[in-house]
Amino acid sequence: MIRYRPVSEASDLLSFGEYRMKKLLSGALISAAIFSPSLFSADEVKIGFVTTLTTGGASIGQDQEKAVNLALKHIESTMGGKQVKLIMADDGFKPEVGKQATDKLVKQDNVDFVAGYIWSHVLLASRKSVLDADKFLITANAGPSPVAGKLCHKNFFSTSWQNDQTPMAMGETLNQQGVKSLYVMAPNYAAGKDMVAGVERTFNGEIVGKDMTKWGKDAQLDFSAELAKAKASGAEGIFVFYPGKAGPAFIKQYQQAGLRDVLPLYTVFTVDSLSLPKLQAGGMEGVLGSVSTQHWGPDLDNETNKRFVADFREEYGSYPSFYAAQAYDSIMLIKSGVDAVNGDLSDKDGIRAAMKKASFDSVRGEFTYGNNNMPIQDFYSRTVVEDADGNWTTRIDKVVLEDHQDVYAAECSL
Amino acid sequence: MEASLLFIQLLNGLQLGILLFLLSAGLTLTFGIMDFVNLAHGSLYMLGAFICASLTQLTGSFVIAALLALPLTALCGLLIELVVIRQLYARNHLDHVLATFGLILCLDTLAEIIWGPAGIAIALPELLNGQLEIFPGVVVPIFRLLVIAIGLLAAAGLYLVVNHTRLGMLIRAGASNRTMVSTLGVDIKTLFSGVFAMGAALAGLAGLLVAPIAEASIGMGNEIIITTFVVIVIGGIGSMKGAFIAALLIGLIDTLGRSYLDDLFKLMMSNDAAETAAPAISAMLIYLMMALILAVRPQGLFPASSR
Repeated sequence: MIRYRPVSEASDLLSFGEYRMKKLLSGALISAAIFSPSLFSADEVKIGFVTTLTTGGASIGQDQEKAVNLALKHIESTMGGKQVKLIMADDGFKPEVGKQATDKLVKQDNVDFVAGYIWSHVLLASRKSVLDADKFLITANAGPSPVAGKLCHKNFFSTSWQNDQTPMAMGETLNQQGVKSLYVMAPNYAAGKDMVAGVERTFNGEIVGKDMTKWGKDAQLDFSAELAKAKASGAEGIFVFYPGKAGPAFIKQYQQAGLRDVLPLYTVFTVDSLSLPKLQAGGMEGVLGSVSTQHWGPDLDNETNKRFVADFREEYGSYPSFYAAQAYDSIMLIKSGVDAVNGDLSDKDGIRAAMKKASFDSVRGEFTYGNNNMPIQDFYSRTVVEDADGNWTTRIDKVVLEDHQDVYAAECSL
Repeated sequence: MEASLLFIQLLNGLQLGILLFLLSAGLTLTFGIMDFVNLAHGSLYMLGAFICASLTQLTGSFVIAALLALPLTALCGLLIELVVIRQLYARNHLDHVLATFGLILCLDTLAEIIWGPAGIAIALPELLNGQLEIFPGVVVPIFRLLVIAIGLLAAAGLYLVVNHTRLGMLIRAGASNRTMVSTLGVDIKTLFSGVFAMGAALAGLAGLLVAPIAEASIGMGNEIIITTFVVIVIGGIGSMKGAFIAALLIGLIDTLGRSYLDDLFKLMMSNDAAETAAPAISAMLIYLMMALILAVRPQGLFPASSR
């Protein structure tokens, strides 16, 4: 397995030197692509997986990498009778770096599938490189609204969700729990806006305040001002979306501000198997009992998921995160396509048709694909609890949205 | 209610400003006195946070860990000065930037190797995790008050050291005329090492104070170092007083912008437009202020008189 690690996010401090470096590198890349003799090896299935392997987001990327490796182990690295060659690539949590990594996978490595993408802005920057080269693109997390609507593409598939769906399930959960007024906080980027739009779409009560906080390389991690506003707003609950390391930071400050009893916490993509052990180590009991929504959970009751979670825990010693679950599914989706054409990678129509059936055993159970190749699936509400061994995890309470399709599907011309 | 919220937001701004001051004080020391541009200052902030996080896990007490982490971070600073920085004093600023940028990459990777990419949360003692009601209706997290108190103490200590001790005299003399000080028989190398270690300790202090609020994480220094540079540029490069005032100014403006800009905009435009514009403008606010101040006073608010 090959890993590429571009310089970390600190590289922004030196844009001039970096620029010269990039020119040199891209020159080298082009010549390598032209003179590379091994471009047309047809005896293997090449999968590029773009995720975050450096910076604070690396814990998510590594969780996905673990799941991809587990998936390959489960299928013995074979698809349609061919060996799988996996190339991991790092997006450095930045759109431009993610796009460069994608370009390299498509042009130099000539992969057949590009999967991965945690971040919406990275996916939006990278999608064209893959799709224009007539390759398949599978998002294992990001689901910004454009790719489900106007920018939908026949070769683009998702093993996650459209960004709005999970918060829509949350809006519904809030209605069911009788919450009348809500304070909303999310980072100010593509996914953050989608999450807020999603909860606003289904929540019937009043949104009494909203903060979109700074995101990116100098993301805001101190939420004192916003929490003070939220408390003063007198809302009956607070809804937040803080993926990655911002999540534990938010929850700690939420607890330190003493809001647990005043302002119940509702989250999406904030409390997961990556943040919970950290919160537990930090003694942040404020998160216990908080409610989140998701299309999956480690306790979801189906055979594929039981095996996935058990093997993941045995191999790596922790619960898989939803990022991992989606990454696992992305490999299985690709396998279903390649198996259907018996490894004939030139039969793109065959691969596409097979993947569109969503016939593989998904860790989320059965689902179907909509016209825009986004999953039509159930969404659950979950509560943070302590498991039998004393580890904090999430427990699925009930189905909130059944066979739910994203609202942008109508804008897709497929 | 409105007045008490404003009071809380002022405290929040003060707390942010004080953290920025602890960072910019170190930067001011190294730049103002040693004429050395240290981009890797943020990495020391990160090291302080990680060392404190590890020690908290080891000793089970944040307070003990913090007391141990301070000298350890200073030691790290000393090591870095001896191995890398010392070779660079004679070079020009571009070389400083290049070398310390390399240091950032090395230290970030080193931290990832030692502590992993996930970051470490620090558990606070029960007492520090609570809240205090200062006035009726004004409830503030105790730890944030502690940050303000410790920061102000550090600032006062720094003021005493720089203005009223022999060491401070040497530091000020070194800032005015380095050659003269060394001709007078002062060991300038040791002085510089000491100053660098002091800057490192201040950065480490900021780091270990932030870690229980956010967490110790890779690259946390790079996130804040840009704002720190804004502070020292606004304050006047090399001026400790300037750094202090500019840090508080930035802290307050950033916090109040985040708190009130959307309400302000809603008076002037539609709700939707205000909700879109306010986060964008409040993220830019400190840079707008820097542009404004530099347009009027290119040398910063309180330029160091000797430079």
